[in-house]
Formats: sequence, C-alpha cells, structure tokens
Amino acid sequence: MKYLSEYRNPELVNKYLERLHAITTQPWTIMEVCGGQTHSLVKNGILNLLPDKITMVHGPGCPVCVTPLNLIDKAIYLAEQEEVILCSFGDMLRVPGSERSLLQAKANGADVRILYSPLEAVKLAEQNPDKEVVFFAVGFETTAPANALSVVHAIRSNVTNYSILASHVLVPPAMRAILADDENLIQGFLAAGHVCAIMGLEEYYPISEEYNIPIVATGFEPVDLLQGILMTVEQLEKGEAKVDNQYSRIVESKGNTNAQDLIKRVFKIADREWRGIGTIPMSGYEVRRELEHYDANKRFEVKVEKVPECADCIAGQVLKGLKKPHECSQFGKKCTPSNPLGAPMVSTEGACAAYYHFANIESEEEVV
Amino acid sequence: MTAIKMRAQCPLPTLDFDVITLGHGSGGLLTHKLLDSGVFDLLENDILNEKHDGAFLNIKGQIAMTTDSFVVSPIFFPGGDIGELAVNGTVNDLAMCGAIPKYLSLSFIIEEGLSMKLFWDILVSIKFACEQAGVKVVTGDTKVVEKGKGDGIFINTTGIGELHPDAQIAERNIKTGDKIIVSGPIAQHGIAIMSVRDGLEFETEIESDTRNLNHITRDILDHYGENIHLMRDPTRGGVGTVLSEICKSSKIGIDISQQSLPIDEQVEGACEMLGLDPLYVANEGLFLAFVDASVAEECLDMIKSWEETERAQIIGEVVEDHSGQVILQSTIGGRRVVNMLPGEQLPRIC
Repeated sequence: MKYLSEYRNPELVNKYLERLHAITTQPWTIMEVCGGQTHSLVKNGILNLLPDKITMVHGPGCPVCVTPLNLIDKAIYLAEQEEVILCSFGDMLRVPGSERSLLQAKANGADVRILYSPLEAVKLAEQNPDKEVVFFAVGFETTAPANALSVVHAIRSNVTNYSILASHVLVPPAMRAILADDENLIQGFLAAGHVCAIMGLEEYYPISEEYNIPIVATGFEPVDLLQGILMTVEQLEKGEAKVDNQYSRIVESKGNTNAQDLIKRVFKIADREWRGIGTIPMSGYEVRRELEHYDANKRFEVKVEKVPECADCIAGQVLKGLKKPHECSQFGKKCTPSNPLGAPMVSTEGACAAYYHFANIESEEEVV
Repeated sequence: MTAIKMRAQCPLPTLDFDVITLGHGSGGLLTHKLLDSGVFDLLENDILNEKHDGAFLNIKGQIAMTTDSFVVSPIFFPGGDIGELAVNGTVNDLAMCGAIPKYLSLSFIIEEGLSMKLFWDILVSIKFACEQAGVKVVTGDTKVVEKGKGDGIFINTTGIGELHPDAQIAERNIKTGDKIIVSGPIAQHGIAIMSVRDGLEFETEIESDTRNLNHITRDILDHYGENIHLMRDPTRGGVGTVLSEICKSSKIGIDISQQSLPIDEQVEGACEMLGLDPLYVANEGLFLAFVDASVAEECLDMIKSWEETERAQIIGEVVEDHSGQVILQSTIGGRRVVNMLPGEQLPRIC
C-alpha cells in the first residue's frame, strides 16, 4: 500500500537494525510513549530483533488504559439512563468499570453506539431530538481537536441535545511524572508521533533539558520505530540529550496550529486522574466553563461512588514502565482480554493486551 | 451479473399484501397464501413439491450434517445478502467436512413489517445460490415475531451431504510438514459489511466474498483424496482465530508468513484506517486446507485453476516446534504469536 509499504520495507529495516547492533555498546532503557507504537513493536515482532542491550519500556500512551475507573462508571451510568444515547470509540467498550463494562451495559439494554468520529455523534443528536446524545471523548492531544470540533459543530448547527464526557490526557506532564519518579529507569523517549503532529515539538525542549534525556518524535511503522530507536541510541551513545524528529513527514516543529486553536476554544488545561498512576497536575483537558452546556459532567447529575482498583492489578507499575506485563502474577491467568482486571489488558494498544495477543516469543510459556 | 439476470426472471408475484404481518406466521390461511403464491414455485423440486411435514430423502453411505443461523445486518450488503449467505454458509460447512452437499432445510424468523418485495428478493437469492451449489431446499418453516423483536429477518439452514468416498478430513490426520493453503484474499466479507454499517459508512468497492466452495473442494478431493488432511472455512474470528484453534486442539505448531497472505489492497487500507487486524476479520467464501506436502503445489494449482480462487496461496506449514501456537513471520522478519480473538474485534481510538 502506497505511503505505508515504504515504511515496512524489510531491506530498510535490516539496514537500521545492522546499524543499531553496530553502535550499541551499553545497556539502554527506552520508553515508547504511545500505545500505537507498542502495538506496532509487538505486532511486527520488532522487540526480538533489537540488540539484547536495548530494553523497550511501554509507556502510558494508551487512552483506554489511563481513563480513570470513576469516569468509566460515569459513562456507564449515563448510558443506562433512558433518554441517553452514549457514543464511544470502539475499544472503550470492553474496559472494566467497577461493576461492569459499557459492553455489558449495552447487553443489558443501554443504548451504546460505536462511532469513528465525534461528528457522527452530533449528526445522531440532530436525528434524535428527543434524546440526549453523549460522546465519551477520550484520548490524548490527538483526538482532542476532533472532539472539540464536534462541540463547535453542535454550537454552529444549534444542536442542544449533545454533550461530551471529556477524559483527555496530555503527554508531556505524564513524561515528567515518570522522570520525577524515584524508581525511574527511562533513559530515552520515543515521543508519540501523532500527538506531536498536533502539538509540535516545542513542549519537549524543557523536558529534555531539565532531565538530560533524548526525546525523538517517532512514527508507527517498523521503519519509523527502528529509525527512532536508532536516533535515540545514537544520542545516548554520544552522551547527547536533545529533541529530534524522526517523523518529519508528518510532524512540524510548531504542530498543527489550527487544531491547537480549536482545542483552546473548547478545552482548558486541568488536573487529571490517570488510571493506575494517580492525579497528575495540569495533565488533562476539561470543557471550558462557558461551554458547560456541552459538558456531560456538568449537564447531568452523575453520582457514582469512588471504588478502589483491583488489588491484584499492577497496571500502574506497567504504565510507568517499572514492570513488564508478564511479570504480573495475574497475567494470562485471572487477567485476560476477555476478562481484564485492569485497563492495559483491554485495548490492543495496552501493553498487557499487546503482550497477550502477540505474546512475545520469550514470554510465550507464561501466556498459555 | 447472474444474480441480476435471475431476479429479472423471477418477478414479484401479485400479492394482496405488501408487508409481512403476524398472520403470515400463524400457520393459517395467510401462511398458505404466502407459500402457495410463490415460495413453493420458486424453490420447487421433487421433494419439496410433496409439501409434507418433513422431507423423505435418499442418501447413500455416510452423511455429514450441519446447521447455521444467519443474522447479518444489513440484510443486503455489497456483494451479497442474507439469503445467499444462508445457503453458502451451510453448503460450505458441509464441504469442509469433505461432504457433497445435497439438501437444505430453510427456516425464517421474520419481524412483522418486513417488505414483501425484500422477502421476495431474499428468496430469489436463495434459489440462485441453491442452483449454483447444486442443493435442494427440501423442508422449511416460517415464523413471524412482533415488531421490535427481531432485526428484519433471521434465517436458519440445516444441511445434509454425502461424504466424498475419498475424504479423510480430521484434525488427527494433520502431520508435520503439511502445507496450509488459503483459497483467496482474506477479510473481504467483514470489511464489506462494516463499510455499510450505521455510523461507520465509508466509500469503497469492497464486496463480500460469499460464494459456495463445494465444487472446488470436491475437485481437490477427487484428485488428492486422503492427502487433504483438514479443511476449514474461517468465517467469524477470521483466519487467525481458526488457525489458533486448530493448533491448540490438535497440539501442533503452525508457522505462517505475513508476506504470503493474500489481501486486497482496499481491504488492507480499510483495516489500517479502522485499526483492525485482517487476520481476525470474517470471511464467507474462503477456505483453509491442510495438504500433504507431497501434493501441495499441484493441489494449489488446481485450486487456482478455478476463477473464484485464482488468488489462492500457500501461507504456511505445520511444524514440530511451538506446539499449540501459530507463529507469524512478519513482513520485516520479526516473529509473533497469533492468538484467538477474544470477543468482538473493536476499533481502536487512534
């Protein structure tokens, strides 16, 4: 397929691999921030092609995984209201809430729809004026512009029965939280290519400088990932720490300023709880106060009790890169994609599910 | 093209009702009117014409039997419809057993309000599919449920076939070294359906691969008989799930190569866009055959000589290592395990 096969070219992959093997002299621990990158690394079997000295740690960049339990319970509560049509991206449906998932709520009769675009939800609201249409707006900076656009579109078309349950999280504060952790092992980052496509590179310079760490904006195809890893290791081996851009065919230094304006128009930065990690200050978006009519959090009185996470789940340590999924005592036993104890086992972008689905050959015995 | 021709030859009979009502499932006058005013004529054959409570069948030797229910939404989709699917699905399940499909039962559960025109189109499509596959509908049933208690129409078909005299199809016959043939490009059906589902519509020319496979499987059984060790049609769950299932239940290892998996470029593009793995997307007119290595290439050539399976490929083989697991060699040379699909494949966020 054009524009993709070039980045899956086995010869190029080999070229980067050879170079990587040649220059790696010391053990390095690198985190790929984005779940899409984790998915691709595992799906393409890249992890077992890397030099033994390189350890890839799978970061918290899976929106499904970090959406707090409480918010999922809220979404389920809303979905169960007679007048509500709850719309969501597909992989949020299987995430376990404290009692059930959206998929189970759907099976019990709740009107839950899977959509690819929030604009479809606005259309649905127009078609169902006697219903309340709520879009479960999750994601990182990548999905924020489209979710913001849906609100703008609803205002423009005078659609008043539409609102979003926003659970947006931001990458740079999470990277800082990981680096500030006493147990941190990460020596280099592959920054999430699509987040950088929206936000640009500028917010990474202070992090790289402050923590003396290489950050390379990286894409998602095998060639992208290997080139990104190579660019990071080159810096590490030379003792450098700067921001670099592997994904220059998509990422511009300033990012997509139109998309950024759209985000600012609808959202403001606020503290945000991350599932498995805890609250990180100023690490998410919430709907601006003047648009609260479109904020499902404000529009509906949602009372759900705060329930603690499953004690057996080590999702927090996995998301911070302190443990590998198969190091969890429940991995593949009590916790599987059909019965996930924690969110990283749900989406194939989640580190645990990626390991389970495509089971690293080394850990295969533990998977069966 | 042929389907359209068939429809032109089978005009909707003149009826005094334009939608199906609860009365059509009552077994009374309306049911008889519905059946006599077209259904029996359309599907007619010597056995059905007896109009008895059941069918009397003459079958030689060992038989294979299977049943399947069809609930696809939308009822008409690019490349096919529920009627064609209901015939081909059951015919293909029999073919995978190494049987020659002969007879089908046909049961409808219809939601009241279904347009008669639509019902007629489905029947015409069933007639066409039966003729293509060489099977007869010999008995059936029609029930009508209240509005809101069905999704237009559900169909169940049960099929009976005579076992091919040379067929030795069983998981226990698989042996190390067997080559695995896939009969054509994967993931067509699932993506065709998805392209017209509410909320996910996208423009594409992708059509479902629904078709009968019994003539092709009979051809290879005629020639390679006991060298065909196993056949399976990877419908729901896709190629990945079926291979993984076989590995686990028969404790063999399978190696497959991503490079050799045939896939249509548009289907691949749609999967990329929707975040789906084509290995887990449903197929309808596709089969996997585990063939003795000594005849695998010839058998592949024979399958490829049929127009509808001309893109068949050997995608992998049975190996001694990693018993219970399918290992896929990725295009770039990496290796990963292919596991069963847990639940429905859900589109990813980004």
